[in-house]
Amino acid sequence: METILDIHDVRKSFGSLEVLKGVDFSVSLGEVVCLIGASGSGKSTLLRCINLLEKPDSGTITVFGENVLAVRNVDAYRAKVGMVFQQFNLFNNMSVLKNCMIAQRRVLQRSEKEASEKAMYYLKKVGMDNFANASSVTLSGGQKQRVAIARALCMEPKLMLFDEPTSALDPEMVGEVLNVMKQLADEGLTMVVVTHEMGFARDVADRVVFMDKGIIEEEGTPEQIFTNPKSERTRTFLSRYIQ
Amino acid sequence: MNNKSFFDIMWSLLSKYWPSILLGVQTTLEVALVGTAAGLCLGLLVGGFKAVKLDYTASPVSRFFKKFFDVIATVYVEVFRGTPMMVQAMFIYYALLNVIHWDKLTAAMFIISINTGAYMSEIIRSGIQSVDPGQTEAARSLGMSNSQTMMNVIMPQAIRNAFPAIGNELIVNIKDSSVLMIISITELMFQAKSIAGSSYRVSETYFLTAMIYLVLTSIASVILHFIEKKINRRTTSIPQSDTDPSNINLAAGKD
Repeated sequence: METILDIHDVRKSFGSLEVLKGVDFSVSLGEVVCLIGASGSGKSTLLRCINLLEKPDSGTITVFGENVLAVRNVDAYRAKVGMVFQQFNLFNNMSVLKNCMIAQRRVLQRSEKEASEKAMYYLKKVGMDNFANASSVTLSGGQKQRVAIARALCMEPKLMLFDEPTSALDPEMVGEVLNVMKQLADEGLTMVVVTHEMGFARDVADRVVFMDKGIIEEEGTPEQIFTNPKSERTRTFLSRYIQ
Repeated sequence: MNNKSFFDIMWSLLSKYWPSILLGVQTTLEVALVGTAAGLCLGLLVGGFKAVKLDYTASPVSRFFKKFFDVIATVYVEVFRGTPMMVQAMFIYYALLNVIHWDKLTAAMFIISINTGAYMSEIIRSGIQSVDPGQTEAARSLGMSNSQTMMNVIMPQAIRNAFPAIGNELIVNIKDSSVLMIISITELMFQAKSIAGSSYRVSETYFLTAMIYLVLTSIASVILHFIEKKINRRTTSIPQSDTDPSNINLAAGKD
């Protein structure tokens, strides 16, 4: 399968704290990869390096065959990579529909009509089309996150990054967001998901990557990782989940 | 005259001098409104640029201009916040009089505008800082540029957050335009001074003047409060739940 994301020896420090200590990692087209690991293990930083919200100190990141650390137009690159945040980050000054349209209009220069049709299409996909004209601040957490997913999908990214998309949700709302993500995975969208939802990782991921202290400790299929992890560290971390 | 009470005298002052008082009110309002509006525009510009944080993707050229602009903006704010408007008025009016031959009212409006602009740029800057950084991250992750993010996402929220402070500047300007009497424009304080001078009723005149200022600022308060209510929509979520996963219409084709 075609490799669309290739990370080689990426390192990143914040001051004296070394968060990524040489990470090698790749994702194929249509693959769903879940990044798991303890807080502070570098999962989110790795994800944020991929769309350049953080700049790695060294190493290479190749996306769609392009060395993204050398690209001139970072904005154009980011438009091709969707990102969903833990805190949703919907634009508070806009309606649900406008949230989904603004970047289409400003970045992709789509017409008002095309942008709104696209927005409605993806809002329907996440089950939020009835809320198109609602102010984004009036939604519940799960609704906000579904809109945030639709907003990212409107840009028709080839790769979607999810940074703990359900960690800020109460248990009741986790399901609705995971259902949407599962549907996207089934449709063949390439996804990299940082998550603490082990059930989701086990059921949906093609590959699970366990990170610990800034390196990839172990990776493999969900069965390997969840039933028979090789590394002692992985075993300890997953002890609650291993059957 | 001696038997007349304080309020009788005030009333007679009002009925005798109302045309010049009215002119004073008009000039005061003009200067305050122009000063606040122009100051806000200036503040949006200066405060907006000042609050821009260039990330590592910015070019060295824009980095240099940003640095250059920051220094100018800081000097501007410090100078105009740190010296009395009365002194600024005297200095700027007379310094430029021989160069551009401006009339006093224009000069007054110019001075109050740049003075207000200095305060406004700090108000706007703090308004921008009050916006959640996640808003910027989300906009940038969608491919929006620094300036697109600022104009479409950050600024509208910053202005709403800062609105009470912006409105406060209008009230301050209605009162503080009084110091511009120093360059003899016909605002309310200047008129009061001439009325007191010709009627020899100093305390009555200034009490009357104070009442007029109070009426003006109170009206401004009410209007500002009304606008604030209009622009502050709900900012918390309405308690509701449609979170039962079975209720979610996942298939795009359904219904």
